[in-house]
Amino acid sequence: MALCSVSLLLNGERRVLQTHPMKRLLDVIREDFGLTGTKEGCGEGECGACSVILNGQLANSCLVPILQVDGATVCTIEEVGKHGLHPVQQAFIEAGGAQCGICTPGMVLASIELLKRNPHPTLEEIREGLAGNLCRCTGYLRIFEAVQKAAERAG
Amino acid sequence: MRSSVSEYDLVVAKTLTDALAIVGNGSHWRPIAGGTDLMVLFNAGRLPYRGLVSNGQGEELRGIEVRNNDISIGASVTYTEIRNHSVLISEFPLLCQAASWTGGVATQNRGTIGGNIANASPAADSCPMLLAYDAELELVSTCGRRRVSYASFHKEYKQMQLRPDELITSIILPRKERVVQYARKVGTRKAQAIAKVLFALTANRDGNALRDVRIALGSVAPIPLRCVETEKVLEKGEVTPALVKIAKETIAREIRPISDVRSTDEYRSKVTLNLLGAVLESVG
Repeated sequence: MALCSVSLLLNGERRVLQTHPMKRLLDVIREDFGLTGTKEGCGEGECGACSVILNGQLANSCLVPILQVDGATVCTIEEVGKHGLHPVQQAFIEAGGAQCGICTPGMVLASIELLKRNPHPTLEEIREGLAGNLCRCTGYLRIFEAVQKAAERAG
Repeated sequence: MRSSVSEYDLVVAKTLTDALAIVGNGSHWRPIAGGTDLMVLFNAGRLPYRGLVSNGQGEELRGIEVRNNDISIGASVTYTEIRNHSVLISEFPLLCQAASWTGGVATQNRGTIGGNIANASPAADSCPMLLAYDAELELVSTCGRRRVSYASFHKEYKQMQLRPDELITSIILPRKERVVQYARKVGTRKAQAIAKVLFALTANRDGNALRDVRIALGSVAPIPLRCVETEKVLEKGEVTPALVKIAKETIAREIRPISDVRSTDEYRSKVTLNLLGAVLESVG
């Protein structure tokens, strides 16, 4: 099939590429732009390891064909850490919310997006906000603690 | 085995008219909305269509319009938009609940109500709610528009009253009094699960009797299922243990559960009867 031209505002920079229209946003981010902070876990929208912020909303980049988001604004974990640690990242470190690290980029992005919508979430709201992001190491409690810590600090 | 991207094609239509022209030309093009179901198939190498058409920004299909007698939800409205809409929350809470049950935040941000209907999964969270609310669908093709009752939309497994040249444009929910509104999802995990059983009931009350009863279930038949015979039984008189017993016997005959990776037919039957019993006990 013919290649298409796609333009993205990726982490604040205008990026243009020629690619297959059905190439996944995840693969464009990792392969075409070399940003490997976004991980592939399940490849079926269950685990959230490939989470990015797409036009201001959390999305699983493994389920997004690239042509569908031509012109979109995409923020990956690389943007989050660009100017030193984000308060949410700092809280993850302090609370021990990261272990093997595969879920961590998605978990951090989902947490940032949750706190943007709801700056003072209850524990139940944190659980719900992060329900689409699976972690096989921490048992989640330290992750929830990290989100609570980040929320408290933001005031 | 993942699909090879070079074997598939995707076009983004600028307008609904363009999208209709593409699906209407008798070729192989099929619609894609949020991609939360179709891309899973694609990633697994099981997407049966080689060409997909996305309705661009889908502006024509995007809004929720509150009118005097009904609410029209555009087919491209996402679960996130549904669960945050104030009128839907107050008048159609079961639909908002179902939207919150569907996947996680990321899925709710991309997945659409029209896509959920057209994907025609018997386990779709929102479909029993639409049945319980007497939804109608507006369908459009290059030949014109038509309205169909959602109750008759799903025919058999993945077979719908929807021609290949038609797209769903909106879902219309009549605004009427529904004093009793109840829904439960039974799944393996609280979040992100695909349902073993979905149960929805709406009704009005007349003393100790129920009127205008609607019962709809998911995951217990090849299609999202309205249980019309059970509704009729429940409208016969006061909710007594004897009536509940007949209702349970009736619903057991109406459902057609199977055993699959998620559950067994026996479990699904048992849960259906228990949920019916629980809701009737709470209103009786």
